[in-house]
Amino acid sequence: MTEATLATNGAPAVAGATRWRFLHVVHRNYLVWRKLLGSALVGHLADPLIWLVGLGFGLGALLPSLGGLSYLEFLGSGMLCYGVMNSTSFEALYSAFTRLKMQRTWESILHAPMTVTDVVVGEWVFAALKGLFSGAAILLVMAVLGLVESLAALWILPVLLLLGLAFAGIALIVTALAKTYDLFTYYFSLFIMPMTLVSGVFFPSQQLPQIVQAFAQLLPLTHATALSRGLVVGAPLDHIALHVGVLVVYAAIGVVIAARLIRKRLTR
Amino acid sequence: MLTVDGLRKRYGQTEVVRGASFEVPAGQCFGLLGPNGAGKTTTLRCCLGLTVPDGGSIELAGLPVPAQARAARALVGVVPQFDNLDPDFTVAENLVVFGRYFGLSQREASARVERLLEFAGLSDKADAHIESLSGGMKRRLTLARAMINDPPILFLDEPTTGLDPQARHLVWDRLKMLLTEGRTIILTTHFMDEAQRLCDRVAIMDHGVIIAEDGPRRLIEREIEPTVIEVYGEGLEAWFAAHGRRLAERAELAGDTAFCYCHDPEPLMRSLEGDPELRALHRAANLEDVFLKLTGRDLRD
Repeated sequence: MTEATLATNGAPAVAGATRWRFLHVVHRNYLVWRKLLGSALVGHLADPLIWLVGLGFGLGALLPSLGGLSYLEFLGSGMLCYGVMNSTSFEALYSAFTRLKMQRTWESILHAPMTVTDVVVGEWVFAALKGLFSGAAILLVMAVLGLVESLAALWILPVLLLLGLAFAGIALIVTALAKTYDLFTYYFSLFIMPMTLVSGVFFPSQQLPQIVQAFAQLLPLTHATALSRGLVVGAPLDHIALHVGVLVVYAAIGVVIAARLIRKRLTR
Repeated sequence: MLTVDGLRKRYGQTEVVRGASFEVPAGQCFGLLGPNGAGKTTTLRCCLGLTVPDGGSIELAGLPVPAQARAARALVGVVPQFDNLDPDFTVAENLVVFGRYFGLSQREASARVERLLEFAGLSDKADAHIESLSGGMKRRLTLARAMINDPPILFLDEPTTGLDPQARHLVWDRLKMLLTEGRTIILTTHFMDEAQRLCDRVAIMDHGVIIAEDGPRRLIEREIEPTVIEVYGEGLEAWFAAHGRRLAERAELAGDTAFCYCHDPEPLMRSLEGDPELRALHRAANLEDVFLKLTGRDLRD
């Protein structure tokens, strides 16, 4: 018997629903989220909006256009990705860890005919959907501010979902390794924050040293930002396959590693 | 309903379960007893497919575990040692959400809530928050939650630990109801009166092996003298050396109490008559005496 057995022990009687069992976990989290919708909305929107309005109007007034974009357009399209990343990461770190350790919610789910894979995939998808929701809210605000070029901007939504899946996967790995909430502080200040600075969210990365730029090409946020700029505010759009490809790789590798680690932790 | 054969499980260098075998026929209540760290919880976790054993075989509800553990768990209700009710939901929501993990539709799950709350004595608490429940209420809700799929088999890991006597009796009462309905119960416990009251068979586990298994009454008859006299008070050691040790078939001094096990209590009681400082409790041997005889009186942490 290997560890994988636990994940795939679907039986004939209930095999029909096998692929979709993770939706029970998504649904559970959705029900909780719905209860807290008011405060959740504020949380989703406040942070990126404050940045957008504060920096966009404040700093933006001082800046020339960046490659044909106003600073507000530039920042908005970056903020879209930043918002998704943040919202997804919080969910897959703090909230997921609470369900893993404090509330033992995952343990209780495993007492039902559910597997670790169901739980991890459910959490992964839910965190990404939550990020997508934040992104959609920011997109709406941008449209109201007149920053969105055309309806084609909606193509950013699947990209934001993918971005959410990429960051949810990474965050779940961190959650799987965490003993306390402290680790997440390090994750944000040593990983998320520096990445945000080199990924072209607040300013173009072109003026950064070559080596930093090269490094930034390995980060998922860089590629999401590039796509967002092209799709939402009409910057030139190239290397689409590369950008999407990097996000897909992060998402896939992230969830696979997270599932392995969480399985190890829950079924020891 | 459950067959465990030669179960082994190691964590690092320590083998926590070292070849445990037992069988639980349908409709019976089986108690797994043992001191802390004996391997009880690990054994249960293996039976449920929540951890992969290093050796041996398990069949639960006719299905091999862990190969088909998920399908087996569809036929099982679990009451874990530590409450893991969902604090994000109300009492009734806890049941419905859990029902969905079993593939019940919202409507099916909701339809079962009323009866389950009644069973748990929580009918007036449907909309209460989990934090507002007492320990006993939480246990009963956990038991009700375990019943959401109407399972023929129940696993309970220390179901009454931490409950006051009233709450404990209520849980026992409900478990007896479930046994009357023909369900199979597998439980672990530290409480010997709980095991004696509920279980058709008990297995005493220590250091990862089952060291005795039988019906509770049979186990007492088999393993130990029928009568116990507990003696304590001033001058105990002198009396113990002079009489206790000699007159009892088996005697031990633990702390400031002497435990004298015998068939005929008369000579012991007579030897105590002349000593007003010594006090004696004369009682029938119980499962706890068996447990202590087999696992020793040393503390386990």
